[in-house]
Amino acid sequence: MTQAIPANTLEPLPLPEGIQGVVADWSSDQRAFKKVPWGKAMMWIFLVSDTFIFSAFLISYMTVRMSTTDPWPNPGEVFALTLWGKKIPLILIAIMTFILISSSGTMAMAVNFGYRKDRVKTFVLLLLTAALGASFVGMQAFEWSKLIFEEGVRPWGNPMGAAQFGSAFFMITGFHGTHVSIGVIFLIIVAIKVLRGDLDHQRPGFLTGRKGNYEIVEIMGLYWHFVDLVWVFIFALFYLW
Amino acid sequence: MAHAEGQQHPIGIYLKIWGLLFVLSTASYLVDYFHFQGYLRWFLIIVFMLLKAGLIVAVFMHMMWERLALMYAIVVPPLLLMVLLGIGALEADYTFLTRSVFFMKGLF
Repeated sequence: MTQAIPANTLEPLPLPEGIQGVVADWSSDQRAFKKVPWGKAMMWIFLVSDTFIFSAFLISYMTVRMSTTDPWPNPGEVFALTLWGKKIPLILIAIMTFILISSSGTMAMAVNFGYRKDRVKTFVLLLLTAALGASFVGMQAFEWSKLIFEEGVRPWGNPMGAAQFGSAFFMITGFHGTHVSIGVIFLIIVAIKVLRGDLDHQRPGFLTGRKGNYEIVEIMGLYWHFVDLVWVFIFALFYLW
Repeated sequence: MAHAEGQQHPIGIYLKIWGLLFVLSTASYLVDYFHFQGYLRWFLIIVFMLLKAGLIVAVFMHMMWERLALMYAIVVPPLLLMVLLGIGALEADYTFLTRSVFFMKGLF
């Protein structure tokens, strides 16, 4: 019995869209995430797990803040700075927010120029992103030292009110700052790889041995945008509440 | 190896979203600056926060151009956190009540 053989076996089958696409992708007995490089799917899954970690912190912060009978220190006043003889509430945090958003913008453009194989522009934008990230961490260090040395905030108490303020603040912003710092280090590594042409020549990476590819710029970008995303939530829930 | 085509979009869209994020951040800063209080403050903060988060995930992280299978796998599980949020709020209210009863006897 003969079977009809498709004329062109190289032609991939069309992928269904919508809900049917979801069912087809997940039941395809192959990779569930089509049209996405392996590393990118894995970065997304890592980011979901990180979402749960940060949410656990933010929700426990909500719980301690709602349950304390002491007054919560007013973040607008605690994080105010005196500039040009005038006390401006929350100004440092606002500047940090704009810096992180700008670094997200330069990162998105770095990914774009990476896929266009524009090495120099990608390198410059990645380095600019790293510089903005580093200045964010610097401002955070300034904020922490001001809070610790001038305001006397400790994880177990502070002169302004509820003792839980310090522990929630140091835990949440500390974990976020660690993420930013790790991101800056990896941004510099990726920038060097781009400039050296590792990604054009598919040079194996020093850690994983996988072939270089411009997809790693986008994967790096996913991590960096996530750091910005977390800051959006911290800014709204910790500083503006 | 099946190679995925990279995400390629015009630069303009990133610049527009960048500008929009600046506007939204300024707006949420002004909520604090002008001392809005109560439900209005809450409403504005949460709306600006969710808009910013949505723009970052959809455009900067390219989620709106991904296939639905990935979108659902990433976006749906975090919704479970709403349960944790609810449990946390209930527990906090209860703790506050017991603390009020035992620490601040004059209150009740």
